[in-house]
Amino acid sequence: MIEGLAAIYIFLLAGFTGYEIIARVPVILHTPLMSGSNFVHGIVLVGAMYALGIAETGTEQVIGFFAVLLAAGNAVGGYVVTERMLEMFKSSNKPGESAGG
Amino acid sequence: MGLVIDASYLAAAILFIVGLKQMSSPVTARRGIVWAGLGMLLATLVTFGTPELLQSEHFVTNLSLILAGIAAGGGYAWISGKRVAMTDMPQMIAMYNGMGGGAAATIAAVELLKASEAGGGAEAYLGPDVAILAILGALIGTISFSGSIIAWAKLDGRLHLSRLLPGQHIVNALLAIVLLAFSVMLYFTTDLTSISIFFGLALVLGVFITVPVGGADMPVIISLFNALTGLAVGFEGYVLGNAAMIIAGIVVGSAGSLLTHLMAVAMNRSVANVFFAGVGTGPASADSGPREMKEIQAQDAGILMAFASQAIIIPGYGMAVAQAQHKIWELVQLLGERGVKVKFAIHPVAGRMPGHMNVLLAEAGVPYDMIYDMEDINADFSNTTVALVIGANDVVNPSAKTDTASPLYGMPILDAMDADNVIVIKRGRGAGFSGVENPLFFADNTRMLFGDGQKAASELIQAVKEL
Repeated sequence: MIEGLAAIYIFLLAGFTGYEIIARVPVILHTPLMSGSNFVHGIVLVGAMYALGIAETGTEQVIGFFAVLLAAGNAVGGYVVTERMLEMFKSSNKPGESAGG
Repeated sequence: MGLVIDASYLAAAILFIVGLKQMSSPVTARRGIVWAGLGMLLATLVTFGTPELLQSEHFVTNLSLILAGIAAGGGYAWISGKRVAMTDMPQMIAMYNGMGGGAAATIAAVELLKASEAGGGAEAYLGPDVAILAILGALIGTISFSGSIIAWAKLDGRLHLSRLLPGQHIVNALLAIVLLAFSVMLYFTTDLTSISIFFGLALVLGVFITVPVGGADMPVIISLFNALTGLAVGFEGYVLGNAAMIIAGIVVGSAGSLLTHLMAVAMNRSVANVFFAGVGTGPASADSGPREMKEIQAQDAGILMAFASQAIIIPGYGMAVAQAQHKIWELVQLLGERGVKVKFAIHPVAGRMPGHMNVLLAEAGVPYDMIYDMEDINADFSNTTVALVIGANDVVNPSAKTDTASPLYGMPILDAMDADNVIVIKRGRGAGFSGVENPLFFADNTRMLFGDGQKAASELIQAVKEL
């Protein structure tokens, strides 16, 4: 369990890390990176699984099910679209492929 | 087992950070998403082994529900993600982001329900720090959920509403105050009714915030909701004591906030401005005299380009909508064979998000070395024979430089008007995305090539081939 001062450290360091990642990114990668960070917060899936896994009442199970459903959509969808976007960057990144340049 | 799980979550968090870092360079970007994906897979798999899950008296039911939820939500997202066209990417990101916000909010809902079953406030059941973050996460996640769905609907052309109520901002402010009051109340006492009203009002606020936002400002809002979802996930991670959720959520929250700010700056808008004023809703700036757009036929435009020494193409979202990028690339190759130097000029907010246009051009096969950022190419326009504007409008609007009354005033633009000739491919005579009139279209050196982007590009190709 993470609490108190340790939690504040984690919040601060994680916040700083996020800032550092974006601060030096070229504009061309903003959209894929936004999509990628959208995928990363799909980690909410593990929380949703936990919430549903320990559900005790019917109401909790219904709400927990929606949590898992939505979170899985976030994670899977985020991955698929990011991967598709970056795939194209790979192919056009090879030198010597340009016909007009 | 507990140690293995904690270690795996930590490993997942590290994989996310390394993955995101790799995604910030074109060379390693593709590896980055795979690493982050491995982190996600690892975290998801070990979660099945959580002792509390295994010991639950509803283990079989809950496990079946978990698997069904992953199959349904993941299956839907897999299929829709594979099918979506590159042009529709922004709204899909909004959709998936909204789902994440909704998930964070529902996790908080389960916690609050447990508190109400225990018969007290959130604080009594969860402790003060956890209660505050649970409620905040619920609030933020819910707003991000309904707001993102509205953003998706608007960008997908399913919702054309831009005004709901008179004095919307005052209504929103009042609603926000009421919501804060409910948040405080839930801290001290919870019951099913107040929890329901709390979530209901938060849903409404998300809708109210997003509906008035103009189309041009949508990327800022999507990015903001992305950051908010990250925060909500981080907060709920604290509630559940899950390090991976905290780190990943807060990293995204912070990275997303900075990205939102960068986008707003690129459009010369502050984030507050995006919320509190819609572009183009004010009175149009004083119209000066009778002016006329001068038309050009594709044949003549083709000749002009074929004999140019240097041509710069300025693509906008309209080009992508018309699916003209492949034709344009074909045209550029033809011109290249004739010895014309061709460059692409990309405005930071071309497309619907920063970098979106680069993705679309990459899809069409345009190599990197032909694509130039605004700062690198603006000085080059004065040495250019032809600037071809296709589907772009506000990003070449000179009133952003000259007309202090213009809503675009101060926005950095591409100096297309400095080229010897400007050819604008445009569907019709109307104003642009933001609704602001563009003096460039009436300039002496500008010729309008009216028509659908793809058709016009084909005609240009034909004209160049025939020479």
